[in-house]
Amino acid sequence: MTTKHKSYISCPANMARLSLKVRPWLLFLILSALFVLAPINGQAPGLLLANAEQPTAKDKAVENLFNPSIAKEWKAIKEGKQGAVSIPDKKSAILIQPSGQQWRSFRTQTLVLTGAVAILGSLFALAIFYFFRGRITVKQGLSGIEIERFTFLERMMHWTLAISFIILALTGLNLTYGKFLLLPLIGGEAFAALTLAGKWLHNFFGFSFMIALIWTFVSWISENIPSKVDLKWLKEGGGIIGSAHPPARKFNAGQKIIFWLVILSGLSLSISGLSLMLPFEWGLFSKTNSLFNLFGFNLPENLLAVEEMQLAQAWHSLLAIFMVAVIIAHIYIGTIGMQGAFSAMSSGKVDKNWATEHHSLWVEEMRGKNQ
Amino acid sequence: MARMKFLCDADRCIECNACVTACKNEHEVPWGVNRRRVVTINDGERDEISLSVACMHCSDAPCAAVCPTDCFTIRDDGIVLHSKEKCIGCGYCFYACPFGAPQYPQATNFGSRGKMDKCTFCAGGTDHSDMSEEEFKAYGRNRIAEGKLPLCAEMCSTKALLAGDGDEVADIFRERVTRRGFGGVKAGWDRAYDNKA
Repeated sequence: MTTKHKSYISCPANMARLSLKVRPWLLFLILSALFVLAPINGQAPGLLLANAEQPTAKDKAVENLFNPSIAKEWKAIKEGKQGAVSIPDKKSAILIQPSGQQWRSFRTQTLVLTGAVAILGSLFALAIFYFFRGRITVKQGLSGIEIERFTFLERMMHWTLAISFIILALTGLNLTYGKFLLLPLIGGEAFAALTLAGKWLHNFFGFSFMIALIWTFVSWISENIPSKVDLKWLKEGGGIIGSAHPPARKFNAGQKIIFWLVILSGLSLSISGLSLMLPFEWGLFSKTNSLFNLFGFNLPENLLAVEEMQLAQAWHSLLAIFMVAVIIAHIYIGTIGMQGAFSAMSSGKVDKNWATEHHSLWVEEMRGKNQ
Repeated sequence: MARMKFLCDADRCIECNACVTACKNEHEVPWGVNRRRVVTINDGERDEISLSVACMHCSDAPCAAVCPTDCFTIRDDGIVLHSKEKCIGCGYCFYACPFGAPQYPQATNFGSRGKMDKCTFCAGGTDHSDMSEEEFKAYGRNRIAEGKLPLCAEMCSTKALLAGDGDEVADIFRERVTRRGFGGVKAGWDRAYDNKA
């Protein structure tokens, strides 16, 4: 601050007298010079008049008001702070979504590894089992007498479900593993075309899967209610491990387990699959979490729309991989694993001796019905 | 070679949405698809800030990492492009992208997605980078091939949005921050270019 300025401020009365003497236009000139010179001295005119050397807390607050710097918000923004947008897509109001990195590492690492372990593990376990146990044969030999096990409609239902599942599984696995296994073999263009067709098939066969799933549930539920017979069957290892053949009705405990796994996982896969097909609509996980929270859990209930989709994809893919591993074992025991089993689902008929060994109570029931 | 980057100066952005409009117009982007958007944090409060955001053309692009058909290409100048011929519209890139850049036109019923669309840094497409009519229809104008920078940044009235060689952009920003004495956050650069979580 110059002495000239100071004298002006401290002696306003003098100044006024001077201006009266020297004419108003001179006062205007001096004032103009003051305002022009003040910023050059590095002082804002306002501060000069307030006679402040150091910025006060109030000055800081005023400065902040006109300085809405991003610095103090940046951490919150990186954690998914929601803003406002003027476009219709309101989910775009999130500047940075926090969970994308986690989902990325799930998809590119966790899922790839888990899936490989589950599927190869299932195949390996079955190979070991086959090596030690061999094919389970009908001990008394085939009788040549056939009895009907599954009606035409039951077989239609089973194969609708089975073919749908296999197509869904292959096209689904392609999304995770195709890039590594198939793409290098057939090239980018062909692989993209194949994967696009796979997406359509996946979306289409999802519906035949759901229809067949409901159909299976309705027609087989009554024969799949757990009972005391199942406990005994499980205790004896179902005759799979040992050589005994515990009694069973139409479905033994192992088959009932498969039934309930297929129905429950199938239901969950259908719901999560539909939520992936209708993106950002359902908010499944927030709803499910709030349901769990009623029982004392503390799960997040306000997930972002994109987090819902990430979780839906993660759940759908993990459950699907699990079911692929389970169904591989189911296919094994229905084909090469057991003599006389496959015809039940192909021609619908099984050998009488096979039926007596594996489903003794069912054979008795059938005999009772026929008499 | 220059490494292309976007930088939006939150202390200059006035939420005029001209970048959004310019982008839509330049590339004739369909309704419902926004390659660029302006997000306002603390809208209506005294500490309101706005940022214009689009694809940041990340170094270790998450979209490319999760794509099942490997349809992304990262050019030598850092621009991340994708092939609409290879895209299957699965939506995975949107789940992985920190900035919400990938957009999908609704293709058929049930909300199913069409081929992904996103900011190309005004560099056209990978299938055709020949400034042809096909390229324009699929990816929009190829201004980079014409020797121009992205239109959103070129016409920004407050020069909040900067686009171009990352080093030059950083220099302009640093000078600006030094002069005004506040607001030195390079919005999104840590996520996009430093490979940090």
